[in-house]
Amino acid sequence: MTYLAKPKFHHPSLPKNAIGFTRRDYEASTSTLCAGCGHDSISAAIIEAAFELSIEPHRVAKISGIGCSSKTPDYFLGASHGFNSVHGRMPSVLTGANLANRDLIYLGVSGDGDSASIGFGQFAHALRRGVNMVYIVENNGVYGLTKGQFSATADRGSKSKKGVFNTDNSIDLVSIALQLGATFVARSFSGDKSQLVPLIKAAIQHRGAAFIDVISPCIAFNNHAGSTKSLEYVRAHNEAVNALDVMIGRDPITVNYAPGKVVSVTQHDGTVLNLRKINDEYDPGDRLAAMNFLQKHAALGQIVTGLLYVDSEADDLHSNFNTVSTPLNQLDTAALCPGSVTLETINDSLR
Amino acid sequence: MKPTDISAPGYFHKVVDCQWACPAHTPVPEYIRLIAAGRYGDAYMINWKSNVFPGILGRTCDRPCEPACRRVRVEEEPVAICRLKRVAADYKDDVKGRMPQPSPTKNGKRIALVGAGPASLTVARDLAPLGYDCVVFDGDKHAGGMMRTQIPKFRLPDSVIDEETNYVLDLGVEFRGGTRIDSMKALLAEDYDAIVVGSGAPRGRDLDIPGRKEAAANIHIGIDWLSSVSFDHIHTIGKRVIVLGGGNTAMDCCRSARRLGGEDVKVVVRSGFDEMKASPWEKEDAAREGIPIHNFLVPKEFLHDGGKLTGVVFEKVKAEYDAKGRRKLVPAGEPDVTFACDDVLVAVGQENAFPWIERDAGIDFDEWGMPKVDKVTFQSSHPKVFFGGDAAFGPKNIIWAVAHGHEVAVSIDKMLHGENIADRPLPAVQVVNQKMGIHEWSYKNEVMPDERYAVPHRDNASALSSIKAEVELGFDPNLALAEAGRCLNCDVETVFSAPLCIECDACVDVCPMDCITFTDNGEEDDLRQRLRAPALNLTQDIYVADGLKTGRIMAKDEDVCLHCGLCAERCPTGAWDMNKFFLEVTHAGPACR
Ligand SMILES: Cc1cc2nc3c(=O)[nH]c(=O)nc-3n(C[C@H](O)[C@H](O)[C@H](O)COP(=O)(O)OP(=O)(O)OC[C@H]3O[C@@H](n4cnc5c(N)ncnc54)[C@H](O)[C@@H]3O)c2cc1C
Ligand SMILES: Cc1ncc(C[n+]2csc(CCOP(=O)(O)OP(=O)(O)O)c2C)c(N)n1
Ligand code: SF4
Ligand code: SF4
Ligand code: SF4
Ligand SMILES: [Mg+2]
Repeated sequence: MTYLAKPKFHHPSLPKNAIGFTRRDYEASTSTLCAGCGHDSISAAIIEAAFELSIEPHRVAKISGIGCSSKTPDYFLGASHGFNSVHGRMPSVLTGANLANRDLIYLGVSGDGDSASIGFGQFAHALRRGVNMVYIVENNGVYGLTKGQFSATADRGSKSKKGVFNTDNSIDLVSIALQLGATFVARSFSGDKSQLVPLIKAAIQHRGAAFIDVISPCIAFNNHAGSTKSLEYVRAHNEAVNALDVMIGRDPITVNYAPGKVVSVTQHDGTVLNLRKINDEYDPGDRLAAMNFLQKHAALGQIVTGLLYVDSEADDLHSNFNTVSTPLNQLDTAALCPGSVTLETINDSLR
Repeated sequence: MKPTDISAPGYFHKVVDCQWACPAHTPVPEYIRLIAAGRYGDAYMINWKSNVFPGILGRTCDRPCEPACRRVRVEEEPVAICRLKRVAADYKDDVKGRMPQPSPTKNGKRIALVGAGPASLTVARDLAPLGYDCVVFDGDKHAGGMMRTQIPKFRLPDSVIDEETNYVLDLGVEFRGGTRIDSMKALLAEDYDAIVVGSGAPRGRDLDIPGRKEAAANIHIGIDWLSSVSFDHIHTIGKRVIVLGGGNTAMDCCRSARRLGGEDVKVVVRSGFDEMKASPWEKEDAAREGIPIHNFLVPKEFLHDGGKLTGVVFEKVKAEYDAKGRRKLVPAGEPDVTFACDDVLVAVGQENAFPWIERDAGIDFDEWGMPKVDKVTFQSSHPKVFFGGDAAFGPKNIIWAVAHGHEVAVSIDKMLHGENIADRPLPAVQVVNQKMGIHEWSYKNEVMPDERYAVPHRDNASALSSIKAEVELGFDPNLALAEAGRCLNCDVETVFSAPLCIECDACVDVCPMDCITFTDNGEEDDLRQRLRAPALNLTQDIYVADGLKTGRIMAKDEDVCLHCGLCAERCPTGAWDMNKFFLEVTHAGPACR
């Protein structure tokens, strides 16, 4: 890590996006994480995705729990809204915020400790309710912030830095997200931005609960031989099922992959996801098959990555609840508080 | 691409843009850091070793280093490298004790040097401490050559020339001032072991147009006029002065004329403003002193009345470019322009002249009257005779004369030790780690946008009232510190070790300039396009390293690297390190043999 702020200088040919920002404009304060932390790479990928999507920073709310991973919203999108909540409580804070103001892009950032242990219940309920959000777990298999205890996602048999083997079974967040009805489920690796950036872009464009499990090696406590979440191990066992290209808007789509190898999925906003198949038998439209595939490959010791499941017709919590389409902060007092007479009428109707 | 061999002395040298561009390869960032540390004497001595005349050059150098400075590519204005050199000279303590001592024993070899300009003096400085008997001849009484006779005192005071020429002459060099050499043959007959011709390019071009002869009394050749001013032979000029020409001499002429009574002084140039040979800062200085520059006017005729010059007629021209982009000046088809004037200074070029070298002395000349001189060894066709400075390849500037001088000295030293002078010595290089703590380096690596600081000037009224009052006052120590802080320390190099790299991408993400890419290898043209930021500046190298676990390569574009060291601070394994690269040109002496 470094204490120095990144100099304001940038490459003379640094491009600007449709709203006139450079990638550098989406950066924030200097990371205080350990040098080489996978989480920093994920921050860089989020920056890249927001830049490429020409997102107006003030339209994003970053919400996180506690952990090194949950600290990262301070290191990207410095001009966006942020709420660093309590350990494991990101999903409920995010859900509340989303209900109050449905117009923002919700970026939930959490860790494997934050989401698979103390916040496991919150994680489950936010997904099953279909909150419209991007839920990113920066998964390093340890509690990084508290110095490297195994987390619930650590694989059974994985070795700690001190040489102790994990004897508990692990929680696979991706499988659970699929089971709970998340409508966009992906897994990626902090060390592969060419895979991760399009996934984040697609997740942002997705309406509904989008979950991305990003394996993110902890350089200080979980990057040694014997760990199943080290850079080297993940690189060696990574099984990508597809490669994603996100086509924004309704631009004519020219795909130059071999015919039959590309699946195109149009999301509700017109964004087209071109999925170049790497594994022929994999169909990201089939939830059941995806769950099977994951289990089968996990048993082989492989880490399946890519866009694992997407339902482009998904609904979200607001449509399920039939809530008002205007964010609450744009409603006037009369609409928000219709008065005691109306309250009486409602109460009467319920008696 | 093949992996880069960073141990080749040329590789990192090129990254230190200023040092690479400096003809004498002065270790610029090293002396700038010393200035920032207030170690002016040390900064001076580094300069003195490389360029012999830090105080002179700190005021007058053509500064090829500045357009090359990295700061131009990442900000706009270069570091004021040249004026920082002056700071070292202005604020140093007495450095006499640090100078080499005259050699107590002589080696029995005698060297004659014709001309006491920067070229000859550099040769003498390099050879005298080695025991050579150096005799410097000059037709002028004082040493310095054109630095003394041409460059106006308001740019370069005599005291500075005296000090720095004396450092050389005090090394046991014999100076025979006021002794013009009239015959090369006679000199050769004196049996010197080597002769250095550093006689400069002393002839100013004339302008042969109607009226030249009739109005001769008021038409002066620029460099002759300037030396007469220097020698205190001329003290006045007419009120209305036209200076013809657009180079450095023209700028010195017009500014001198303003100080000797010229009230309406104008410069008239054939070419456009941007194509003028004068440096941008010289044009600025002229403008500051109220001197207009008229462009695209070709002198056609001197007007005169009763033997007295009354004006000059000019033809208007315009620039046209042929298919190859070459510029030609063609008549614009507009009416002629006439400027009235009392005096004209002709500064339209400078030429070599060697009237004292007999053409049968064994030295070959080409069809343009220039000696045939080897570009590397500076030897003429006579094995004992070497040329340097303006005499070698035509008029250039002081720093080139110095660079030539070092090379001539190497040639002579090798020759007189019976060695092949075509074998040139490699520079001495050192590469040293700069880490002092987890986030601590031996240099200031916090880089910020910071615009160039202006050098304070004497106010116009008092500057114009004296031909000798120095116009530039130099940076004060605080300004110098601020300006020194703009240097990016391009000599502190990013050094990559592939076996240590775990390909975590941290350096890629933190690099503010998008210099670093991990990717598949390819041919250079292709690779340059595929980097995180396309590497379009072909003059700057790509640093390639292989041997990574994934089989990819690390490719770093050196172009706009800030040398901020953030990559090294962020790297978890120390695969990036910041190493100081120090290169010194090998001068005459045991190291060159
Ligand atoms: C007006 C003007 C301004 C300039 N300003 C700058 C500037 O700001 N910065 C810069 O870098 N350069 C400047 N230059 C160029 C610079 O002065 C020369 O390039 C440099 O001095 C060349 O050095 P030199 O050693 O080759 O010879 P010179 O400096 O030309 O010295 C040659 C010496 O040889 C002597 N000599 C010649 N023939 C004989 C002989 N037969 N016997 C004995 N002695 C002889 C001459 O008297 C003279 O002293 C300027 C030039 C001019 C004309
Ligand atoms: C209520 C509560 N319990 C325990 C803690 C201590 N604690 C801080 S961070 C953390 C685990 C974080 O792990 P993870 O979410 O995986 O983040 P990482 O640091 O690995 O990125 C724990 C247990 C806490 N801050 N609050
Ligand atoms: S920034 Fe400093 S080291 Fe780099 S080229 Fe400029 S003066 Fe030289
Ligand atoms: S020193 Fe390193 S981080 Fe800084 S600009 Fe150069 S490559 Fe980038
Ligand atoms: S930060 Fe260090 S270890 Fe990581 S990719 Fe860069 S050089 Fe390699
Ligand atoms: Mg964790």
